[in-house]
Amino acid sequence: MAEKFDAIVIGAGPSGNAAALVMARAGMKVLQLERGEYPGSKNVQGAILYAEALEQIIPNCRRQAPLERPIIEQRMWVLDDESYVGSNYRGTKKKDEPPTRYTVIRANIDRWMSKKATDAGVLLICEATVLDLIKLDGKVVGVRTDRLGGDILAEVVVLADGVNSLIATKAGLRPTIKAADVALAVKEMHFLPKEVIEQRFNIANDEGVVIELFGKITKGMMGTGFLYTNRESIALGIGCMADDFKKGGVTPYDLLDAMKAHPAIKPLIAGSEVKEYAAHLIPEGGYKAIPQVHGDGWVIVGDSGGFVNAVHREGSNLAMTSGRLAAETILKLKEEGKPFTAQHLARYRAALEDSFVMKDLKKYRNMPEIFHANPQFFTTYPELLNRAAATILKVDGIDKKTKEKEIAGEFVKRRSRLGLLGDAIKLVRSFR
Amino acid sequence: MHIVVCIKQVPDSAQIRVHPVTNTIMRQGVPTIINPYDLFSLEEALRLRDQLGGKVTVITMGPKMAIEALKKCISYGADDAILLTDKVFAGSDTLATSFALASTIAKIGETTPVDMVFCGKQTIDGDTAQVGPGIARRLHMQQLTYVAQVEKVDLDKGEIVVHRRSEGGVQVLATKLPCLVTMLEGSNVMRYGSMDDLFRAARYEVAEWDHKAAGITVTAQCGLKGSPTVVKKVFAPPARAVKAEMIKTEGKTPREVADALLTSVFAKHPKLEMEIGQ
Ligand SMILES: Cc1cc2nc3c(=O)[nH]c(=O)nc-3n(C[C@H](O)[C@H](O)[C@H](O)COP(=O)(O)OP(=O)(O)OC[C@H]3O[C@@H](n4cnc5c(N)ncnc54)[C@H](O)[C@@H]3O)c2cc1C
Ligand SMILES: Cc1cc2nc3c(=O)[nH]c(=O)nc-3n(C[C@H](O)[C@H](O)[C@H](O)COP(=O)(O)OP(=O)(O)OC[C@H]3O[C@@H](n4cnc5c(N)ncnc54)[C@H](O)[C@@H]3O)c2cc1C
Repeated sequence: MAEKFDAIVIGAGPSGNAAALVMARAGMKVLQLERGEYPGSKNVQGAILYAEALEQIIPNCRRQAPLERPIIEQRMWVLDDESYVGSNYRGTKKKDEPPTRYTVIRANIDRWMSKKATDAGVLLICEATVLDLIKLDGKVVGVRTDRLGGDILAEVVVLADGVNSLIATKAGLRPTIKAADVALAVKEMHFLPKEVIEQRFNIANDEGVVIELFGKITKGMMGTGFLYTNRESIALGIGCMADDFKKGGVTPYDLLDAMKAHPAIKPLIAGSEVKEYAAHLIPEGGYKAIPQVHGDGWVIVGDSGGFVNAVHREGSNLAMTSGRLAAETILKLKEEGKPFTAQHLARYRAALEDSFVMKDLKKYRNMPEIFHANPQFFTTYPELLNRAAATILKVDGIDKKTKEKEIAGEFVKRRSRLGLLGDAIKLVRSFR
Repeated sequence: MHIVVCIKQVPDSAQIRVHPVTNTIMRQGVPTIINPYDLFSLEEALRLRDQLGGKVTVITMGPKMAIEALKKCISYGADDAILLTDKVFAGSDTLATSFALASTIAKIGETTPVDMVFCGKQTIDGDTAQVGPGIARRLHMQQLTYVAQVEKVDLDKGEIVVHRRSEGGVQVLATKLPCLVTMLEGSNVMRYGSMDDLFRAARYEVAEWDHKAAGITVTAQCGLKGSPTVVKKVFAPPARAVKAEMIKTEGKTPREVADALLTSVFAKHPKLEMEIGQ
């Protein structure tokens, strides 16, 4: 193919769409390649959208985007086999302060965002898979696709191809992703009438609830579950580190089935119709697992760069922000007439470091290791916590002081004094 | 050689349901696809073009969103696409649909004469298999229905030979051009278009024709007005109340299993056992 582009973006998820849109809007000639039938057809997310990251790319996004419900309530549940201890935060919508989190349906939001990109001049080609990068003297100069006559050249290539990033690995730009650095998540969509959802969760028609689940539902593996309210459906899922699944012999759908059968979850989805079932990887290695993100003629954005904050379940916003920062770096270099060398593209890495993306990931850099090596946080403590609550709340003629002693004794018995101290230090370290 | 291929955008019937209360078809949120039969006819047309030269024009009558289906045909390698879209066509039955499509093909033929028209055998939503024959009749074309394979087209002699599936077997039929063919499923495999075709499709502007562009001056034969078919009722057949029954048996050999089966049948129908025994 003789036609040459200023930039090629591989992938039409949030990171690729952000990069393509920002570049095209500034007049660059952009080609975007997506292997799915349409943008969003292959993508999986909970899904919570963080509006600020989108607002930076598409002003006034809240008024145009296909959003489901703004989140007004967050529940955190620590589950034992049949019970849970939880905390709730419920706010109210403020007139002058728009909500920052919304539930969304990825196929809808991805298509909407992609339409903005094609309207801005991006040439989007779906159902074309990039097989490899074309290199000349060590510099990336284009891509090879699975279509006849499918070699296409460009000044710079943006890899936005998601968590596996097979292309980057194949081209030797990054090592193969490790099972210890990715979570495998499964998710289902349960359809229910709008009114039923609003009644069950005590919300109005433009309000939504998030439930984050933690504890014995992951059967000792490092992972979490979630349940989100959409307009007419409930999204729920669970994910654990891939290497834990390998060790444990529990399948992801076993976990999901058990979670749906938990007495705290079951009534929330009763009578629903399941219409979608999906599985996807999430890069959760954190800061220490981030590969080289730029080189001669290329940059990596989004999940393929490992930009996911697993603790706060943020991914799409890091994806959009990294896509935007990469695009802005490319635009600036073009304006200054500088070539897209590794040396110049290093500005992208600097911009990332300067943003919440790297700052947040750095903050939690120790967390994956600590939680991975200490399954007691997912088993023993949830159990102890639930028992403590049950003991304290039971009115059975035993005085409260004796009860407290009993609870403290239980903690010491299960973890030892040194163990408790160690766990406390680990928890603090993981958040710092 | 100029081939016109008629395609219809249909709801993916695998995902369609009938509303349990109102008995209307629930189309909302159901993805649309190109009628699967029409892809076989498009591929057959593309093969003939590749062999003999010329061009393939794809047409559909439908709402604006059918542009996506037409662009998809371009990405497979079709040369041109026309969307016939106009309020006056709303509510067309097969009679009105074939009238509108025949008029359009006649109009297309004024610029480049049409040698062949391809249709699918039938659609997966309307299922009538009437539109193809309706077009052929109106354009005074030979018609070959239920075609499994086009064996050869001789442009000099103006002749075509096809394999037509019939109840008893396969008929090998020859006729004169111009002709209309309706294709069966499974006759070929749709090609994986080239990058050039994908680029062309992404940039292609589909021509939109209203009734005037299609050369229709009197609209009495169009849309609801031109449609004598009336839908009186739509309903989902009720699920059968009778449930399948599991016959439990410890037996492993065929003899033991057969014995268990017979015992359970005879237990339900004692008279039957008596009759057989007599
Ligand atoms: C179960 C689950 C729940 C989640 N919940 C949340 C949440 O609530 N909030 C949140 O912010 N994040 C969440 N995430 C994370 C979020 O989904 C990701 O961080 C985000 O999708 C990353 O965007 P991306 O554009 O980098 O990659 P993706 O969205 O994965 O997009 C990559 C695209 O590239 C395409 N592609 C891949 N390879 C090729 C190729 N070779 N050629 C052409 N195209 C290719 C793919 O088809 C895909 O469309 C969740 C993830 C999962 C799995
Ligand atoms: C019981 C019933 C009720 C209906 N009710 C309505 C209604 O209320 N409102 C309404 O709008 N429609 C309605 N229709 C649909 C409409 O009448 C038919 O879909 C239409 O006339 C085409 O008939 P078909 O789908 O059976 O095509 P078939 O004759 O089975 O199609 C054969 C081939 O003809 C070609 N073809 C068919 N339609 C088109 C097209 N539009 N453009 C290009 N090529 C085409 C294709 O190549 C196709 O493979 C109804 C149909 C039926 C059977």
